[in-house]
Amino acid sequence: MSETREKAQLMSASEIERTLVRLAHEVLERSDDLDRVAFIGIRRRGVPIAQRLAARINSLEARDIPVGILDITLYRDDLTTISNQPVLNATEISFPVAGKDIILMDDVLYTGRTVRAALDALFDHGRPARVQLLVLIDRGHRELPIEARFVGRAVQTTDREIIEVKFKEIDQVDKVLLVEKVD
Amino acid sequence: MAGLLGIEGLERSEIEAILNRARDFQPFENHTYKRLDVLKGKLIVNLFFEASTRTRTSFEIAAKRLGADAVSITAAGSSVSKGESLVDTLNTLAAMHPDAIVMRHAASGAPHFLARHLATPIINAGDGTHEHPTQALLDARTILDQRPSLEGLRVAIIGDIAHSRVARSNIHLLSKFGVDLVLCGPASLAPPELARIAPGVRITYDMREAIRDADVIMMLRVQLERQHEAFFPGGEYFQFYGLRLEHLDLARPDVLVMHPGPINRGREISSEVADSQKSVILSQVENGVAVRMAVLERILGGHGKTAD
Amino acid sequence: MAKLLIKNGRVMDPETGHDQVADILIRDRYVVRVGQNLHAIAATLFDATGLVVAPGFIDMHVHLREPGFEHAETIETGSRAAAGGGFTSVCAMPNTQPVNDDATVTRYVLERAARSAVVNVFPIGAITKNSAGQELAAIGSMKNAGAVAISDDGKPVMNSRVMRRAMEFARVFDLPVIDHCEDLELSAGGDMHEGLESTRLGLKGSPGCAEDVMVARDLLLVEVTGARYHTAHVSTRRSLELIREAKARGLPVSCEVTPHHLALADADMIPYDSNYKMRPPLRSRQDVAALADGVAAGVVDAIATDHAPHPGSEKMQEFERCPHGVIGLETALAVALQVLVHSGRIPLMRLVELFTLGPARILGLASRGRLSAGMAADVTIFDPDVEWTYDVNRSLCKARNSPFDGRKFRGAPVATVVGGRIVWQR
Repeated sequence: MSETREKAQLMSASEIERTLVRLAHEVLERSDDLDRVAFIGIRRRGVPIAQRLAARINSLEARDIPVGILDITLYRDDLTTISNQPVLNATEISFPVAGKDIILMDDVLYTGRTVRAALDALFDHGRPARVQLLVLIDRGHRELPIEARFVGRAVQTTDREIIEVKFKEIDQVDKVLLVEKVD
Repeated sequence: MAGLLGIEGLERSEIEAILNRARDFQPFENHTYKRLDVLKGKLIVNLFFEASTRTRTSFEIAAKRLGADAVSITAAGSSVSKGESLVDTLNTLAAMHPDAIVMRHAASGAPHFLARHLATPIINAGDGTHEHPTQALLDARTILDQRPSLEGLRVAIIGDIAHSRVARSNIHLLSKFGVDLVLCGPASLAPPELARIAPGVRITYDMREAIRDADVIMMLRVQLERQHEAFFPGGEYFQFYGLRLEHLDLARPDVLVMHPGPINRGREISSEVADSQKSVILSQVENGVAVRMAVLERILGGHGKTAD
Repeated sequence: MAKLLIKNGRVMDPETGHDQVADILIRDRYVVRVGQNLHAIAATLFDATGLVVAPGFIDMHVHLREPGFEHAETIETGSRAAAGGGFTSVCAMPNTQPVNDDATVTRYVLERAARSAVVNVFPIGAITKNSAGQELAAIGSMKNAGAVAISDDGKPVMNSRVMRRAMEFARVFDLPVIDHCEDLELSAGGDMHEGLESTRLGLKGSPGCAEDVMVARDLLLVEVTGARYHTAHVSTRRSLELIREAKARGLPVSCEVTPHHLALADADMIPYDSNYKMRPPLRSRQDVAALADGVAAGVVDAIATDHAPHPGSEKMQEFERCPHGVIGLETALAVALQVLVHSGRIPLMRLVELFTLGPARILGLASRGRLSAGMAADVTIFDPDVEWTYDVNRSLCKARNSPFDGRKFRGAPVATVVGGRIVWQR
């Protein structure tokens, strides 16, 4: 991995919190039938988003939206040889997907390949009625025709830059950093 | 399957039939033999991969005395242990359309192998260390020339039993007739399993105990090679397992001394014993032809025969 | 991107202990999910109703004969026979010509396998150069080239000092050392087990102690060197006792048993039939019973066939001239089921373990021998109850030397999946 240096902090903890509140309200606004809605977070950092949004909606509407976790390692298109290490697959979707109004969640939307793999993985669990995408950051540079319905913040980036999202649940701190590759 | 691959698979009644018929083929007082044309027109091939003038000639004579044609194929220069593979000879044999094949080979089971691939009756003239059925038959015939029956006789077989096909065939035959059989030899040449291949057999490593009250003593050849393979200390064989005159005092007074030949004088048997009155070694040779005539007649002369 | 959905089979995974009717979704070369009522778009469907779905079987002792003896078998034909027996992976023993004693031959085997084999082939490298028992082979480079173990199989390592050095070296590379245990001076060219049968048949016998003596020596060297050690084709009661003791003492020891040693004793041999001739030979009834006991008691870790093809011409000779060895890939499951499971000795899950997790652990294949999400998509599908008769003339391998021709069996492989593709179906 090449060296990186921090260029700027894009979001602080409180800004992330405010954005998530706003997104929760957007989801409520645009969902006709909450009974059919389910959240699925893409491992790793789509998961805290899905969990926090479900908690927020619960406190707003006293509703339990089911939350699932999708591990897309086995669906990546760059998996070639079988190593001696088994490929861990930690998908946990305990509810039936068929007929549901799924909101797929990830931290950053970039080329779209991750989301495509996620759709593949999701459809192997059943046929949902509808799938929408929710991301915290959309950084552009799409390579596939994929768009997010719910976006926390849109950020212009170059391809030498990387967006690092950190969540308390995983990284002990909440923030979003813009980082640059250095040779 | 017709033929004679071994004594082990024969019924007692079949053996008795052969032994009885052999009597008819024993030489007359004037040393001439009965001559029949029962097998006229039949071709018997003697396939000898191990050098053996005595047995081969015996079979040739037996064949001719029955009116058959006999042809011998010997493996060229088969000396130390193995000849060429049998598969090479199969095609030649099949083309000759023999009526019977008499076979001797250094590999145990060689006649069984041949019998799997040819419909021709095979007569085992000795395969490796497995069996030598006609030898056991002529041994029995020789004993019966001197005794009314085999039942209850005390027979001692002494020598390199582990490697002896003569011993095995005799064990099978004598056991079927209720003989009290004792095997004796150096420990490494008389493994305990030999006492279990047929009922009525025991083993001792003490020659004097083996010979005590014996009706028949059969001495086996011992080969020098066994010494080199560390089977027993060199030079000690005759001392502990060679048959000498004083041993005969331990046996019954009318004891028969036998040996399948050829004898190693001074190795397994002393000259005095070999030439003594009690030795029936020459009778064994004579009975060889008679018994083989009986066997050939039975197999080729229209009597149904199953032998293994 | 190819998907395979195996539906409604009895999925058995020895690692997790799961044994239930379920579906398996495979994507390309991985198992993606094991669960109930799975769907997949554009997936090939395989209906496994009434069948057992197990991790792909691994045979850790196979002679593929290539390079050098292609008239007897090739990597391709051996792999087809393996697939026909339900095996998804085989380990290729190094007694080829040239012997696989350095990285170039190891790589050759892997390349040939990549191009022509229908199952995974894992090379086993030699312990000594040319398996001559004197100098160590290029163990480190063979491991780097892909060898999963070392063995001079076909021969023992007679020189104890050489075996010790090999174990010390192999330990550093974490390679298991597999020994063909036979003290050649004691076996002295015997053609079958030394016992009542060999005495009756007049054949030179190889005593059980020829194996026991060498197992004892190897285990003592394991104590000294700490190397991972595996006894190939255990055949005697005494060897098993020694191995059991060593395991109880915590030594890194494992062992395998062949189906033919589980099923046949010396007394079962058709006299002088070379289809019953192999090394180690078929032993006494007591030894055969002890092997089954050892499997039931957990002393045995794997079943391996020691599949040893010989051309018909070589096996059609007088018994003592015939080369040793019998084929076994296509009858292994059926024989093992008959001797161990249908007889009630062990549960089916334990049998599956002997063909899968057992060998995978010994060889360090962490993605194989197991059937759960993230594992390699090697699957063996079999019917434990179907009745059939083995006809050796329809074998997929080149050779015909089997003692089981014409035998009726209950239980057979139905389909073999390697890397997500069905490579053989009944």
